[in-house]
Parts: sequence; C-alpha cells; structure tokens
Amino acid sequence: MSQENTNTTTQGLEGPPPEDRPRPQGRRNAQGIRIDPEVEAEPDTRRTVISALVKHEPGVLSDVSGLFSRRQFNIESLTVGPTEDDDRARITLVIEEHEPGIEQAKKQLRKLVPVISVRELAPDAMRRELMLIKVNATRPDQVAAVAGMYDGQTVDASPETVTVQVTGSRQKIEAAIETFEQFGIREISRTGTTALARGTEETAATKGPASESTPEYTEDGTPTHPQTTPSDDD
Amino acid sequence: MSERAAVSPPDEQDEEHEHEQEQDEHSEQSASDSTETEPESTPEPVTTGAQSVIRALENVGVEYAFGVQGGAIMPVYDALYDSDITHVTMAHEQGASHAADAYGIVSGEPGVCLATSGPGATNLVTGIADADMDSDPMIALTGQVPTEMVGNDAFQETDTTGVTTPITKANTFSSHADTVGDDVGEAFALANTGRPGPTLVDLPKDVTLSETDREPAEARVPDTYEVQERADDEVVRAAARRIEDSQRPALLLGGGVIKGDASQACREFATEHEIPVVTTMPGIGSFPEDHELSMEMAGMHGTGYANMAITHCDTLIGIGTRFDDRLTGGIETFAPDAELIHIDIDPAEISKNIHAEYPLVGDAATVVEQLDEEMERSPQAKKWRAQCQQWKSEYPMAYDTPEDEPVKPQFVVEALDEATSDRAIVTTGVGQHQMWACQYWTYTEPRTWVSSHGLGTMGYGFPAAVGARLAADDDQEVICVEGDGSFLMTMQELAVAVREHLDITIVVLNNEYIGMVRQWQDAFFEGRHSASEYHWCPEFDTLAEAFGAKGFRIDEYDEVADTVEAALAYDGPSVIDAHVDPQANVYPMVPSGGDNGQFALSEDQL
Repeated sequence: MSQENTNTTTQGLEGPPPEDRPRPQGRRNAQGIRIDPEVEAEPDTRRTVISALVKHEPGVLSDVSGLFSRRQFNIESLTVGPTEDDDRARITLVIEEHEPGIEQAKKQLRKLVPVISVRELAPDAMRRELMLIKVNATRPDQVAAVAGMYDGQTVDASPETVTVQVTGSRQKIEAAIETFEQFGIREISRTGTTALARGTEETAATKGPASESTPEYTEDGTPTHPQTTPSDDD
Repeated sequence: MSERAAVSPPDEQDEEHEHEQEQDEHSEQSASDSTETEPESTPEPVTTGAQSVIRALENVGVEYAFGVQGGAIMPVYDALYDSDITHVTMAHEQGASHAADAYGIVSGEPGVCLATSGPGATNLVTGIADADMDSDPMIALTGQVPTEMVGNDAFQETDTTGVTTPITKANTFSSHADTVGDDVGEAFALANTGRPGPTLVDLPKDVTLSETDREPAEARVPDTYEVQERADDEVVRAAARRIEDSQRPALLLGGGVIKGDASQACREFATEHEIPVVTTMPGIGSFPEDHELSMEMAGMHGTGYANMAITHCDTLIGIGTRFDDRLTGGIETFAPDAELIHIDIDPAEISKNIHAEYPLVGDAATVVEQLDEEMERSPQAKKWRAQCQQWKSEYPMAYDTPEDEPVKPQFVVEALDEATSDRAIVTTGVGQHQMWACQYWTYTEPRTWVSSHGLGTMGYGFPAAVGARLAADDDQEVICVEGDGSFLMTMQELAVAVREHLDITIVVLNNEYIGMVRQWQDAFFEGRHSASEYHWCPEFDTLAEAFGAKGFRIDEYDEVADTVEAALAYDGPSVIDAHVDPQANVYPMVPSGGDNGQFALSEDQL
C-alpha cells in the first residue's frame, strides 16, 4: 500500500456488502437478449444482402462505408452505381452478422440523411457479380473450355495471358476461380455483389416506416421471441 | 436582441400534433408574439452568400452565437456585424462549441458556434463530438478555403466535413452562394428535429463572398428525413398490459425525456401509477430527486438503491435512453429479470444494446401519453415500493465529516445546493467532482443539469457555464462545479466571462489530483500514481483575480457557508478554490463491465 492510503479510514459508504445482497436469477447474452442461463447460446451469423437507395451526391459512399467501419459491421462487399433516376444511386451491401447486428445495420443506415430507403433482400433475390480473371496463356484452348463451362467470355488475349470475364453468383465466381487455378492466375478483379428483388417487388421502395419489424404478441400480451429468418447462401 | 427573429423553427410535426398544447405552448407563444406585436419590418435584402448565412440564422430566431474569428470565416463575421445576433467571442474554439452545446441544453434551441477553417474547425471537434454523444442540438458553421483551392492542402485547409462526418448528425459542404442560406436553415432544422444532434455547414470563402440576391428558403429538414411521433398502437397495448401485470415495475428516464420536453408527462405517469423512478446521468432533472418515488441515478456511480431497483425490477420502462455501458455495467447482468419497454424517437437505439420486448418508436411525451391512455389499472406493486424504500435506508449516501480532516468535497456541493434556488443550473467538468455534483445536489427541474455525459470531456464545465448563463433566465443561478485538472483545461474562458460580465459561480473541488484517475490507480493499479498528481496547479483564487474575476479560497469547514454566500452574492464571475480532501473517493461504484447489483461501497469491495 502506498503512503496515500494512510488517510482512508472514513472513505466509503454504509450498507450491506455485495455478498449479502439478493441476486436475480436471470441473465442476458451479449446482444442484451434475456436467455436461459443454462443454455447460454450465442446467435449464429448469417450473410445477407442489403440494398439502399441514396441521393446521388458527393460523400454518400464515404458516409456509408464510414458507418460500417465505425460500428464494426462485418461487411463482405459494397457496390454503388447509378439507377433509373439520375438523382439516385443504389448501394448494395453484403454483410455477415447475427440477427441483432443485421437489424442494427439497417437502422443505422436508414438514419443517414442522404439515404432514402433501405431493404434487406429476400434469399431468392437476383444477385450478380462480375469478375475479370487473367491467367497464363500456356494452354489457351483449355482456358477457353473452362471459360465456356462458366458462361464466361474471353475479353483479352496476348501471347502470355488470357483474360476472361465471368458473371454470376458469388458461389459461381468462386468455383470458377478454383477451376482457373490450374492455369496460373496472374490477377483477379471482382466487382462485389449487386442485386435486385424479383418480379414486381421493389428492391428499395420509398422511405418506409421507422421501425420495420414489429414484434408479435400472444393473446395475453407476451411477446414472442425474436424471429430469425432462415440463413441464405446465395 | 432581435424580436423579429423570435419565430420557432418550422416543424412539420406541429401541425399534426396541435393537441400537444402543453409542449408547444412556449414556441407558439413566441411565434404569435412576433406576428402580433412586431410591425412588418423589411430587412435589408441579401447581397452576398455570407449575408444569406446570417439571414438564415435570423429567420430561425437565433439570438446568440459563440465563436472565434479567422481568415476563411471573415466574410460571415462581416455580415454578422450588421445583425442583431449577439456574438460572444470565446478564448478558444473548443469553448465556443461547449458554450453552444450548453446553450442548446438549457434553451432547447440549437446553440450556434462559428470557427474558421483548419485549426478553428478542428478545435470545435471535441465539442461537436460531445454534442453528438449527448444528442444536444447545435449547429457549427466553419469557414473553408476557397473552393478552387480545396484539395490542394492550402493554408488552414482541413477536410472539415470529412473529419466531422462520424460525429455529426449531418454535415454539408456549401457549394453555391444562392443555396448557402438554405444549407444553414436545413442544418438548423435537422439539429433540432427528431433526435437532436450537432450539424455542421462548411462555408468556402468564395461562396460566402459571392454575390447573390436570393433569400434563404424556409428552414426545413430534407424530404427524406422522417420522424415517427406516435408509437405502434398494438405495441402500446401490449406494453400497457405488461405494466399492469408487473409486480416490480421501474421507470428509467434518460436525457431524451428532457430533450423531448416529456418530464411533466413522465412525472404524471410515475405518480399516477406509483412506479419508482431511476434516471440516467443525462436524465437528471427529469424527475424531482426529493420525491418519494425517486431512486435517483443508476449506473457506475449511481446510488445503491437505484442500482438495486434496476437490477431487481421485472418490468423496465426505459424512456429516451441509449443504455450506455456506464449505465448498464455488464450486459449479462443488467436488469436480468426485466422485460424492457423502450421508448425512443431513434429506432436505431431500440434493441441496440439491450433487447426490447416492447419497442416503442416515437416522441417521448406522445408515447407516454399513449401508454397512459391505454392503462386500465395501475400495477399492484406496494411490496416492491416498500422494498425500494428499504433499499434507500439500507444504502444511504451519508459521509463523515471529521473536523481533523480536510473538507469533504460532498460537503461543499451540498452547501452550494442549499444556498441556491431549485432552478439553479449546475454545469460540471468530468471526473470525481462531476460525480459528487450528481450525487449530492438534489435536482428537481429539467434543463438544470448540464454536463458532458457520453464523451466525458474534461474542461467542459466552464465554457458550458458561459452558454448556460446566456440561455438561462436572469433569476437562475449558474453554478459551475469543476475539478482542478478539468478546470485547468478551459479556464482561459474566464477572460470571456469577465468581459461579458457573466454572473457565474465557479467552485473548483481542488484535490491536487486528477482524482478519478487517482481513485482507479489506487483500486486497480496498486496505488501507482502515474501522471495523476497535480500539486503544480496554480492558486485558482489568485488566478481568478488576475483575470478580473473574484477569487475565494476554502480550507476549513467553517469557511464553507460564508464563502459560498459571498461568491453567490458577487455579481460577476467568481471562483472558489476549495481545497478538499485529496483522499475522498466516489462511491458507490460498479467497476467497468460489472454487475450493477454488486456495486462496491468502498475500495475493498471492488
């Protein structure tokens, strides 16, 4: 003990010490959800696609990417591009988070002033990515054959290299990369996922209500447990 | 002062909720005053971007602005020269941002601060971040180098919108003199619509110097910005049933109750249904602490009884709170038996840290009234209330005052509280003195507690007192409780308080330590006082006199009452250098990430 502690006899307050106090039985998990202390299960993460319609103005992309890095959302890809309306751009994000994290990401995104609307896409939404892959040209015929297997197109050929363009789902692109490895991959460039909802469903409609998901209650007013939508894997 | 300017900012919500007369009375009163009593005075037409900036501020009723001059903001200051807006030149831009922040807290209208580009703007950053963490309405206007030089690393160039993006509710880089006034109006509206927060408009010098004859558009939030005022009826019904059926209900009132002018609604709800009330630190003043139902503040240095109540309740009604870690302690053990009814105007706060079984997005006062209308009976919680009262007597905040030891800081705080009115405003810095000011002052009114909660900015207290003084009524005392380390960070603003003849009583709880750090070093770092001993501090009473303020000093108990009385009686800034017990510690204490119910009452319990 240092010399400063000579004068501490009167420091502190009266009352029953911690060990004499009653303790509640319950417990919460790291997401603040009350859980059965016996189970202690942490929720699984899932990958999902979030589409945001934003004002097409400077700084929006850095607002969005800054938000995701600052709040430590696990982001897999982010793409941005113009839309049918010159004043609006669409940002497509692929994130991998547990359920509360996905909800929080959507809400935080919606709070940004230039963001017009946010929608998490259904598992059956159309998702596409484009890849340019440059491989060694030692076996050009075989490269062309593999490109064909993945509906790819040869977009550049030189005596030493062949560059193929492949579009499709993330899984298809990754399968293609694996197959092209046999030729010796020199460079890859991928766009990240862009996506649209199917049919007449709007990908990101006009700004929706502030709270998208309202919990459901049983007859006596007890809330049902937080819903988990099934995981989707492209 | 500009009477013409006393028009409340346009608020689309007002039209939809005209029945909320009580909340809107003040602003509607002033709006009607200006239309009835003011002759139609035609202001000079706008001729430059800078004049449009000032006109936009006048249009929304700005009375005060806090700032420091500098190269890139000079055109705006030149336009301000002709305005009725009172500009308060601060000693440092950080002081301007804290003063504007406190002005916003006390008045409920966004405080305005101005700074030049580069260092002026970066000096505002701490205050902007502070306002962002505490959701205080504030607008910052920063000069910027001319547009064609942006990106060239010009003299005093900083990417101000880039720097402030993560710490503002919204910011914008003005690109044209014709629209710069619209940008300012929109920033003002955004700062105070929905969940308040700081906004910033960056003003390149060429934009403010350029000619324009366009008057600023009406201040309004962008079309894409929507605020939900009323909560979902189904969730309200379910929440009301839950409260009716609960045996151990507790209200947790946060800063949003004060910002949303919902204190009255919450008081009525709590007393009608006899529900014990706990507050967060920003929620201090939302409920009278001398009321039987008040359990006072919960959290790291909250009262023992508040932490017992929040830990053992079965239904927690959280209003305008974001469940900060200083409140919750460890998430696992926070109110572990409670179903949470969470009312907040920001949907992103609901279930962010603590899952809400009953999410109620909306304006605090509106939703509390919705809940109240839905309630068919009060909860049967007599036993629980008796338990809460028992905890109050089991965990008193009493402290000893041995005559042979230095003056206890708690004693000085209580002496000031006794000598002042219920409406006295308290501002603080950050540290032990701040916690004693929370614990030992009995707050009864909203907007009387002004502190740096989320960011924990040492040095906040005194510049905040400057802003609070100008926003307060003349009969409200403004008391600034500071620590020696904290006061030393921004005390140059004494020059401003003397120049402006501001009646502020500053009490420095001087323990010659950066005391909270010293307390933690004793508890967690084996008493190794690395860089926490401050015996090199100046004599604050002598220094106050050098600034032209009045200086006092306290060393003994018998000096406290008379000195406090003399300092309060002095018309102008006065500084009491109160030499208090350097060994005094802040208790109760829940260590970081700890269990609120297991709060320590002394160091050996940590």
